[in-house]
Amino acid sequence: MHRTGELYGQFETLEQQKDTAQLGMWVFLVTEVLFFGGMFMTYTVNRHAYSAAFGVGSNTLDLKLGGINTVILILSSLTMAMAVLSAQLGKKKQITFYLIATLILGSAFLGVKVVEYKQKFDHHLIPGKSFDITFCGNNPSACGITAADAEKEQKEIEEAIRAENPDNPEQGLISLDSHAQLYFSLYFGMTGLHALHMIIGAGLLLWLIKQSLGGRFGPGYNTPVEVTGLYWHFVDIVWIYLFPLLYLIDRHVNT
Amino acid sequence: MSEHIASPKLYVGIFLALMVCTAATVWAAYVNLGPLNIIIALAIASFKATLVVLFFMHAKYSPRRTQLVIFCATFWLAIMLALTLTDYETRHELSRDSSHSGATAALASRIAR
Repeated sequence: MHRTGELYGQFETLEQQKDTAQLGMWVFLVTEVLFFGGMFMTYTVNRHAYSAAFGVGSNTLDLKLGGINTVILILSSLTMAMAVLSAQLGKKKQITFYLIATLILGSAFLGVKVVEYKQKFDHHLIPGKSFDITFCGNNPSACGITAADAEKEQKEIEEAIRAENPDNPEQGLISLDSHAQLYFSLYFGMTGLHALHMIIGAGLLLWLIKQSLGGRFGPGYNTPVEVTGLYWHFVDIVWIYLFPLLYLIDRHVNT
Repeated sequence: MSEHIASPKLYVGIFLALMVCTAATVWAAYVNLGPLNIIIALAIASFKATLVVLFFMHAKYSPRRTQLVIFCATFWLAIMLALTLTDYETRHELSRDSSHSGATAALASRIAR
């Protein structure tokens, strides 16, 4: 490993060296934008084609948990930005503090995600053999919802069945079931990929914390903190779009 | 040119703005605005993303070269989204317009599915 703040041979100044590292991270993030963009595109096209089923699927998500996670993640972006700032100012203890805070918030986000995934298993909403979109409507106690909420959900499902197939309710339920599975496949695919990015980010944070405990970062050398910050904020932005698209856009149907 | 150092006050301000936007998007989701719901949700999300890119990611103070890279990312994403949608959004039009001709309509509805 190189000593801190060393100027490599191919650069003229340290500033140029730092700009290059930042540019490199940005170029990587461009590929990430297009990578996630493909998933968002798939979601948009399918949601447009099967809007009734996607609405039913979206409204089964726990808005409270999703909202809490949004707050946690944005807060973690703030602590990450503060870590970079502390490094620029050379406040070594603060760097470590903010990096650890970011790691804790990131882990909390993943913990909430685990609770949400577990809920989907319990509610028979994992695409596959035992998938059953009507489960919570028919078994309110197993899902921990009130009878009134279950009735509301049943009504919503009935409407969606009519939207899928106005003439044949049996056929309508079959296609609603398969299109709702499509929604949940995309939900798990997109949030899972996002969670994978969070896990990688958490690994990078651990690596940064170890180095900052050794006092490596300061005004002269903080490139790793800065570019990891760029990555972390990017993952935050992905969630900023996932939250409304997956959790919110069909809430008004239920009111 | 030395690097730009922002103040903690600015970061906290941006954080609070992001919180207000999050509350606004949840609130707006419960008001039935028809097709406008998704447009408002995406507009708020894009505003939040812009705040994060400009301030947390320092794009506002980055070299022009970096800003160009960010612009390119958005531009290419827009190309992908817009051109794909010109296809998918017009398939339904095709099946509607050609309903007078049985064979074309059957073909078109098969494509649309």
